[in-house]
Amino acid sequence: MAARYSLEGKELPSLLPKQKPLSETKVKEGHYGPVPDTLRQGFSSVQNDLSCSHPLEYSERNYLQVQDKRDMMMLRDIQGLHAPLKLQLERSLASQKQRLPCLPSSMVALETLLGFDTTIDFDDFLNDPYDSEIARDVHSVMENQ
Amino acid sequence: MAGEIRGGFNFENCNRNALLEKDGLKPPKALKTGTTICGIVYKDGVILGADTRATEDTIVADKNCAKIHYIAPNMYCCGAGTAADTEYVTNLISAKLELHSLNTGRQAPVVSACRMLKQLLFRYQGYVSAALVLGGVDYTGPHLYTIHPHGSTDKLPFVTMGSGSLAAMSVFESRYTPNMEVEEGKALVRDAIAAGIFNDLGSGSNIDICVITREGVEYLRPYDVANKKGVRQGQYKYRRGTTG
Repeated sequence: MAARYSLEGKELPSLLPKQKPLSETKVKEGHYGPVPDTLRQGFSSVQNDLSCSHPLEYSERNYLQVQDKRDMMMLRDIQGLHAPLKLQLERSLASQKQRLPCLPSSMVALETLLGFDTTIDFDDFLNDPYDSEIARDVHSVMENQ
Repeated sequence: MAGEIRGGFNFENCNRNALLEKDGLKPPKALKTGTTICGIVYKDGVILGADTRATEDTIVADKNCAKIHYIAPNMYCCGAGTAADTEYVTNLISAKLELHSLNTGRQAPVVSACRMLKQLLFRYQGYVSAALVLGGVDYTGPHLYTIHPHGSTDKLPFVTMGSGSLAAMSVFESRYTPNMEVEEGKALVRDAIAAGIFNDLGSGSNIDICVITREGVEYLRPYDVANKKGVRQGQYKYRRGTTG
């Protein structure tokens, strides 16, 4: 099985990917469009954007995506392309109904599809965005929509 | 899912700290931790043991802390390493396991707790510093696992962890036999932890023991006070009226 993967060049991505050196960085967009919002977001530093400061930062930032990609690749190999397509269709449908952009959406249907409703993790109780004290500016977010 | 802001660990200050360090600021050093924890499989179940000293480098921070944590009614877990990490990891796994058993409608086996723990610890690559001894009895019998901070696990009939693990293991290796009786097993675990307490400076104070059987759990805290405080011989108070 492993030989087949490497032959066809479809190796499963590592669960804990190492960061490749980035070559480009994007200017952070402000609420009102492509102009950076220095007063709200502070000065941007290209060096900081290009490098991760902690060995875990990169893998933590991409953990769910990488895991999802692995699952989808395995599903495709086992059941055929229809299975991941169907799952992704369901997920995109479930993530469409949202509250106003300034309010956090509960995403309860999506969480059920992803199985997050039956588990608990550090991100459910540490630094939870729902507990954030900073409210986003309703008008600017809506204008940007 | 993608693009959604999620919680979890925050790395915001790492860049700043690295910069400050480069400019010559001395960062606080990691403090030495020390513990003796162990477990054995005996005739009817599992016996877990732990010392009760919490150290912060050279300071004894707590003389009587609980290192045997609850996971499920049929499962307990001893923790060595950073006290907060072991506490939160066991709490989290306990919650996960409860959700899992509510969802499946049956008692979760010990092996699923072990797998959840190792996957969690592997994800954080040893930065969550928890070295655990997981013991429990489920429908397949008694199980005992050790889980290292990087996510590797062992399943053995007798295990030790922490800085006093070598002293405790020497007791187990010389005296452990399969199918021991309860009292015999408790005495062996007591002696193993006592070996850690008296030979390792990171471990000390009392001995806690937790006996898990198919019938239930017997949590003995303390099982044995290994270091009794001495009693003052004389009275050093002045008698009333001495200066009058």
